[in-house]
Amino acid sequence: MVGITSFGAYIPYLRLPLAAISGGKRTEGGPEKAVANYDEDALTLAVAAAIDCLRGIDRKTIDGVLFASTSYAFKEKQGAAIVAKALDLRRDVLTADVGDSLRAGTNALRAAIDSVKAGSAKSVLVVIGDTRMAAPRSALEGNLGDAGVAFLIGDTDVAASVTATHVVADEIIDVWRTEGDPFVHSWEDRFVVDHGYRANVKEVVAGLLKKQGLEPKDFAKLVLFGPDKRSHGALARELKFDPTAQLQDALFGQVGNCGAAFAPLQLAAALEDAKAGDKLLLVNYGDGADAFVIEVGASIEKQSSRRAVRWHLKRRGEIPTYDMYLRFRQLLATEHDRRAGAGLSATKHFRDRDYEVSLLAQKCRKCSQVQYPHQRVCFSCYAKDEFDHVRLSDQIGALKSFTFDNFAGSPNPPLVATVTDILGARLYVQMTDANPKEVKLDLPVEMTFRKIHDAGGTPNYYWKCTPAR
Amino acid sequence: MNPEAIRDKVAIVGMGCCKFGENWDKDPQDMIVEAAYEAYADAGIENPQKQIEAVFCGAQYPSKGTAEVADALKLYDRPVSMVVNYCATGTDAFRYGVFAVASGMYDTVLVVGFDKPKDRGVSGPSVAVTGVRGLPATPAGWFSHVAARYFDTFGAGREDLARIAVKNHHNGTLAPKSMLKREITVEDALNARVISWPFGLYDCAAQSDGAAAAIITRRELAKGYRDDFVLVRGIGISLSADPKEDPSFDFLRWKPTEAAAKQVYAQAGITNPRKEIHVAQVHDCFTLTELLAYEDLGFCEKGSAKEHIKSGTFELTGELPVNTDGGLKTFGHPTGATGVRMIYENYKQLQGKADKRQIKNATVGLSHNIGGAPQACGVCIVAMP
Repeated sequence: MVGITSFGAYIPYLRLPLAAISGGKRTEGGPEKAVANYDEDALTLAVAAAIDCLRGIDRKTIDGVLFASTSYAFKEKQGAAIVAKALDLRRDVLTADVGDSLRAGTNALRAAIDSVKAGSAKSVLVVIGDTRMAAPRSALEGNLGDAGVAFLIGDTDVAASVTATHVVADEIIDVWRTEGDPFVHSWEDRFVVDHGYRANVKEVVAGLLKKQGLEPKDFAKLVLFGPDKRSHGALARELKFDPTAQLQDALFGQVGNCGAAFAPLQLAAALEDAKAGDKLLLVNYGDGADAFVIEVGASIEKQSSRRAVRWHLKRRGEIPTYDMYLRFRQLLATEHDRRAGAGLSATKHFRDRDYEVSLLAQKCRKCSQVQYPHQRVCFSCYAKDEFDHVRLSDQIGALKSFTFDNFAGSPNPPLVATVTDILGARLYVQMTDANPKEVKLDLPVEMTFRKIHDAGGTPNYYWKCTPAR
Repeated sequence: MNPEAIRDKVAIVGMGCCKFGENWDKDPQDMIVEAAYEAYADAGIENPQKQIEAVFCGAQYPSKGTAEVADALKLYDRPVSMVVNYCATGTDAFRYGVFAVASGMYDTVLVVGFDKPKDRGVSGPSVAVTGVRGLPATPAGWFSHVAARYFDTFGAGREDLARIAVKNHHNGTLAPKSMLKREITVEDALNARVISWPFGLYDCAAQSDGAAAAIITRRELAKGYRDDFVLVRGIGISLSADPKEDPSFDFLRWKPTEAAAKQVYAQAGITNPRKEIHVAQVHDCFTLTELLAYEDLGFCEKGSAKEHIKSGTFELTGELPVNTDGGLKTFGHPTGATGVRMIYENYKQLQGKADKRQIKNATVGLSHNIGGAPQACGVCIVAMP
């Protein structure tokens, strides 16, 4: 049976209280949304989710990567190839991007399931990340959030099988974003909900249940996309599901509508709580709708080491002001424009990919010293060209030193610069998602793939450290 | 290798230094001419075009290279070379000159160190990142990386650094050519805005424009220029791995200083630096850089700097006065000029021409630069015959 063999999620550390947008008073536990830090984007969220998904899994067993997003930075240049390189996957990995629709994530899931079913791949990683923006202080802004989620699709050790699918395609002008426009737009909400969301979801659910001879009561959970909390609950009721017992919490007021990752993120949360034998109904909406029957198997019990959704919901820090959020999104002009400068040398990037994208270090075959960056002659025993690669991105390091640099032009000063020791190699890296108060010598850190700057107008990725949590 | 090969073979017979500062109204040519012509006058050189046989220049940010010096001084049709070696650039240019003279090839050589960073339109070094791996290039960010572990290991802190800033601010008020002439207090230093922890504003050197020059000759010829010439007793350069990448680095010292000092002490035959050196100019791009230099140069035991700071060992009235002209902190830091400026101060001290900041009976002086990540260090010892 084909299905989900592993899953992972990533919700950014930062939360923007919705009160900060309106300028109202913040309240403890009040509604908020998850927002990408200034060094995160759709692709880095997806990579982080993939790292969570791949804990304990041999990365060389992965045959394909599908990257789904509506907000990925490049119009031409594949995200999945960057994801594959950042994860240090095999060279002969199938890569493809899926985009342009809120259903991009479930489209990618469906494609992965079909390719495993067809026998063209044994194990396909689906990574989904979205950081959609609405215009500052627009009605839509408070509704949107940022997140990533990842699923490994295969046919052995399946934790949750996908036993049936159904799909409806539709053409309607409900939400859209054109090239060059940073903001998502929407037609009037009652029209969008009634003729887009409700109509398509009802059609796809009815079609699937009829085809499979299933009824709402057969499902432990309904995992449903929702444009807003009210329509989400109302539609579940209309579909004859119990909104309290059966409807998976969509995390409105906590994460927000995270686009292509939204329904898939809820699926990850549902799988965290699922028991063997549970049936889940996943329904996503966008330019039509799709639905999946997912049957949870016994091996779900083995899936315990990941962080998934619950861990990330607890790990949070508040972004102090709305202005800072606007600065992070480069919606407010600042002295240090992160897009300034000539950008990377493509030839240098080409030579340094193994070290800078895959974060590989070198281990000396003669003296075992691990060293970074790329060397020809060993730092310790001076052996020449006697190195094996060792991946640092999934290791825990420790701070050898740090400083708080107020001079470095960070969007959120001070910039925390560290020398991090990983397996004996020394890396000069920034720290991110950290409160300066927690930074101390020998602090254990993990590595996270981030956007270092946008010099040349493109995102330029590398790794930073963050306190191991 | 013969470490004593150059000991006392080369004499300094003239030196010059322009006023360091934000010299908005001067171009590099103006400063080079001021420094070189002061050195000519000091050495009694009246026809430099005839007398100067070779020129060694040092600049970290030259706009044209060797031509900037040759064009300014109209020294053509002879060797003119330029050295770049981070903040040790000036010391290294001087070193090339010393070897050129010691080899017997040239009788009279001019060394010029200069830099004009204030033409770049930023208050400090420019912050630019080209790749993804380098962090924004702020020297304060690099030099502060030893702070946390040094403080943690030896119990020193920001107050110890502040005392160094107070000392150098005081010394700078006594040097006519220094950039800053203002006394500060420990509280001023501690309360200033943080640039890169633990460095506040007063822990950071004043980046400035400037030029300094030296005329050197073989010892046998020195008497022909002046009686109170000063000898080069040892000069060395050492380069270490980037401390942020070096797997063996312990964050308690700067390795290049230890290595360069070892070379130069062997050249000069010095075994007890605190006793045998009478005055020292050490690199204080940041106050902690000076603190580490006390230990890495062997002026005191590793970890004991804070006691010596408290007891005043390195003040003008102390056992071994350091940065008698205010150091980089207040004299200014035009990168390529700094090493030559330090030799200028030691030269004046040994000749007894340091006015209000004069150290009594000083006959041996040391200068020290460290720069880059830091990786490069230059040390020079000069002495009266």
